[in-house]
Amino acid sequence: MSNTTLSVRRRTLLQAGLALGASQVVGAPFVIKALGDEPIKIGMVDPLTGVLSALAQSEVDGAKYATAEVNKKGGILGRQVELLVEDSANDVGTGVQKTRKLIDRDQVNAIIGDVNSGIAYAMSQVTNEKKVFHIVAGGHTDPITGTNCKWNVFRVCNTTTMDAEAVTPELVKKFGKKWFFVTPDYAYGHTLQDAFIKALTKLGGTYEGDMLPINNTDFSATLIKAKAYKPNVLLNNMGGLTQINCMKQFTQFGMQNEMGLGGALFELESIKACPVEAQTGWWDFEWWWNQPNVPETVKFVSDYRAATKKTPSARDWFGYVSVHSVRLAAEKAKSLDGPKLAAAMEDMELPPDVALQPGKVVYRKGDHELMPNIFVGEVHPLKGTPDDYASISTLVPGAQAAGTVEETGCKMVEPS
Amino acid sequence: MTMAIASLGGRLPIVTHRRELTLVLIWGALLLVPFWLPLLGGYTALAGRVLVFGLAAMGLNLLLGFTGVLSFGHAAYFGLGAYGAGLTLRYLVHSTPLAMLAGTLLGGLAGTLFGLLIVRRRGVYFAMCTIAFGQLWYYLAYSWNSFTGGFDGLRDFERQPIGFGAFTLHIEDGGTMFYFFLLAVFAAAAALMGILLRSPFGRTLVAIRENERRARFLGIPVERHIWLSFSISCFFTALAGTLYALLNNFADPLTLHYSLSGYFVVMTVIGGMRTFWGPLLGAAVFVSLQDYISSMTVNWMSFVGAIFMLVVLFFPRGLLGTIRRQAKA
Amino acid sequence: MTQLILFNVTNGLIIGAFYVLMALGLSLILNLSNVINFAHGNFLALGGYMAYALSPTLGYWGALIVSPFLIALIGLIVERLMIRRIYGRDPVYSLLLTFGLAFVMQDAARYIWGPNGLPLGLPDVLAQPISADLFFITYYRIFMVAVVIVAVAGLFSFLRYSRIGLRIRAGTLDLETVSSLGVNVRHLRTFNFALGCLLAGLSGVLAAGQIGLNPNMGDDLLMPSFIAIIVGGVGSLIGTLFGGLLIGMAAALTTVFYPSASEAVIYAILMAVLLIRPRGLVGEEGMLS
Repeated sequence: MSNTTLSVRRRTLLQAGLALGASQVVGAPFVIKALGDEPIKIGMVDPLTGVLSALAQSEVDGAKYATAEVNKKGGILGRQVELLVEDSANDVGTGVQKTRKLIDRDQVNAIIGDVNSGIAYAMSQVTNEKKVFHIVAGGHTDPITGTNCKWNVFRVCNTTTMDAEAVTPELVKKFGKKWFFVTPDYAYGHTLQDAFIKALTKLGGTYEGDMLPINNTDFSATLIKAKAYKPNVLLNNMGGLTQINCMKQFTQFGMQNEMGLGGALFELESIKACPVEAQTGWWDFEWWWNQPNVPETVKFVSDYRAATKKTPSARDWFGYVSVHSVRLAAEKAKSLDGPKLAAAMEDMELPPDVALQPGKVVYRKGDHELMPNIFVGEVHPLKGTPDDYASISTLVPGAQAAGTVEETGCKMVEPS
Repeated sequence: MTMAIASLGGRLPIVTHRRELTLVLIWGALLLVPFWLPLLGGYTALAGRVLVFGLAAMGLNLLLGFTGVLSFGHAAYFGLGAYGAGLTLRYLVHSTPLAMLAGTLLGGLAGTLFGLLIVRRRGVYFAMCTIAFGQLWYYLAYSWNSFTGGFDGLRDFERQPIGFGAFTLHIEDGGTMFYFFLLAVFAAAAALMGILLRSPFGRTLVAIRENERRARFLGIPVERHIWLSFSISCFFTALAGTLYALLNNFADPLTLHYSLSGYFVVMTVIGGMRTFWGPLLGAAVFVSLQDYISSMTVNWMSFVGAIFMLVVLFFPRGLLGTIRRQAKA
Repeated sequence: MTQLILFNVTNGLIIGAFYVLMALGLSLILNLSNVINFAHGNFLALGGYMAYALSPTLGYWGALIVSPFLIALIGLIVERLMIRRIYGRDPVYSLLLTFGLAFVMQDAARYIWGPNGLPLGLPDVLAQPISADLFFITYYRIFMVAVVIVAVAGLFSFLRYSRIGLRIRAGTLDLETVSSLGVNVRHLRTFNFALGCLLAGLSGVLAAGQIGLNPNMGDDLLMPSFIAIIVGGVGSLIGTLFGGLLIGMAAALTTVFYPSASEAVIYAILMAVLLIRPRGLVGEEGMLS
């Protein structure tokens, strides 16, 4: 390749790139709007790329749907809402940077995120520093509403205690008290197992278990050990892809004929990715779409399906609730100021068309954790209706499963 | 403009007026960032990130651009710097300078020791070993839950205000004050690096890059110089790592991952491998592009990957390298 | 007790077989062209996805045979368009190029097939355990090992007995001389790269049956492949074979006694090799230095 052709190509590329860049910069912030027209901005940071992307995408879908709904009904405090979504790429540095960007540059009034608990926690340090209202939609690590709780942070999804306490009685009743744990070796796995152990020993159970690397793909060694122990239940604490593989191998080895299978969360996105034989077991759902007795839910599901061509999962619901929570807090506080929003949110009960389930769904004042129902049920292959993967047997009220605020270790420090 | 060219070691032209002008431009721009960056749709935290990554890339460039040796695992030392600082702040003492010192030492010493092992290798094998070594630390960080916080990262530490006797530097707020702190540290490091490169040691490194065999024939202890270059570059990159931990109040395993190593290499190449300021420019371009593109589309990885490939295929000399070449032609 | 021993052996073989297949492809490309193919894990993932896309029409067996060749074709195109331009340059460029390629391929997979995991259906005959006692050995596992053995044997005999194989081996030692002997080195490199990708694609189809498909699936296998190559000795395919088996066995054994350390042991072996015998188990001094 001759040097001149290379330099010509190079020059053209450079010029094109510069032109593109210049057009973006010049266009950008020199437009002045009247204050009344200024939309309210909500920032959302989620790992849209990386291993958690499926769950993150559902949360974003739910949030976008809610934003459209809110805007159709006149917005928040008379102003339209703009949802700004940023990708944290499952990396803390990026998540923190995007949070700063949303707050410093885009001047958002509220932040939602992240699915990755570590990132959610790091973000909460920034939002706390800058006194911005922050809702953690789907990051599960307990300290966020426990030992590291903060006055500006609220959470929609459950703690490990809630999930463990909800499903344990069902499993013990159905199968027995001798359990074998399969747990991923990191903070979430440890707290989840501890919560289960606490719930199980309360009912007089016994257990054994294995701690595995987070990305473990082969469960044969562990399953052999489990089989030899002859438990009543195999408690699968693995998440994401590893959960699916564990179940696949469990059913491949025919172990479902000898013991029950269960655990905390088995999300709709994961169920769909499972082969048919592995769609089994007893699990918690943080929200389930199939509630024929709750008219608001039936309507929501049909509208959502019409708009997005998919059935809402718990994650969609998290995003949905988060945006509506911002609206509810703003309407109650009549302001968008961080501390006022937080104060308004405490003990806030969600109206039925946001809660989408029976009973009282409240943001507990002491630790800012949402107390929804926990849907306990059995997963099975499809029986004809789309996405009908679970038969819910009980609804455990969140407040009952959650334990007291003291037990979470949360000592809320009010804003200065 | 007067041009005086020194011939020892090959290509370090000393262009007096032009160099001073460049320095004034660069430092002027850096000092005034809080004023002009928001006008362009940027934000000060972005500039902080550019400085930190720029310093890391400049550290790598000492080895890659000036000595001609490729390490694709430099994130390991960056991450060790971050963890060192974080662990110090969390478990030992609430002092930012000590945390920075601890982190820099941790990363630098790890690099120094590792360099001893692989200094006889070259080219692709050397690079592979650096990658694998980096992953070892990544793996260690995310499995050692009780100590490093594991997969979730190390948290519960914050940057502490720095006391200078009567006067305290309140960097714990983040924002503009912290940016200037970063700039000060960066300036000190850059000055040190500049002195190093202009010294006989620095000239020898370039000689080794240009023609290793000839350098050896001249009696230069090549392996020792490469090892020293490796070691020093690790110290600088580790320092950048400590700053990163302070920037985020967080340290996580991804700061050790080979993808970050790749980013550092890309920044160095985009800016111009054989120039002093190239890596900083490359960091500015890369960080801004990534920030901008990832806000526009979920498919930002394709764009970023495409940029890597385009740079390799069409702009191997990077921005500053191409400019310099045009100037000579 | 026999169950445990039998289990260890088979499991070690399976894991090792995987690493070997991946690492051999990587090693082939490395040895001849001095290129570290960072996108190798993505070729693996693509192989799995291709099988997923083809199995409705061709069935599992058809997909198993056709996908690797499709991946080889893609590898060929990639080599001709991009990799070819950076031979002979500083190794930093080949690393960056394949690194960028890896990003693009991963994003493409996510874009086309979505971020969710997808299952690859296996024929029923393979999904059964071979007996009630040996419930943990399904026919699929044995099948995987068999396929790998056939592929590796095929590769080695190809390299030993065919003309192209001979040229590749010669080229690994001294490409310049091979070129001056009249061999079209460009075509040779292209072929070699495609061959490496064939192996990656095959690994992908096998992996998909075991762990399912997702855009990141290749990432976890890339590092062990690197380590297998370094441990075995850079520049030696036999070394890569032993390296892969060694780390596979080590990982499997550790899982039985101390599961959380099963990944650590691979890195421990790496450090031990670098400290004690840096040229690797079978590597020769001076190879690729």
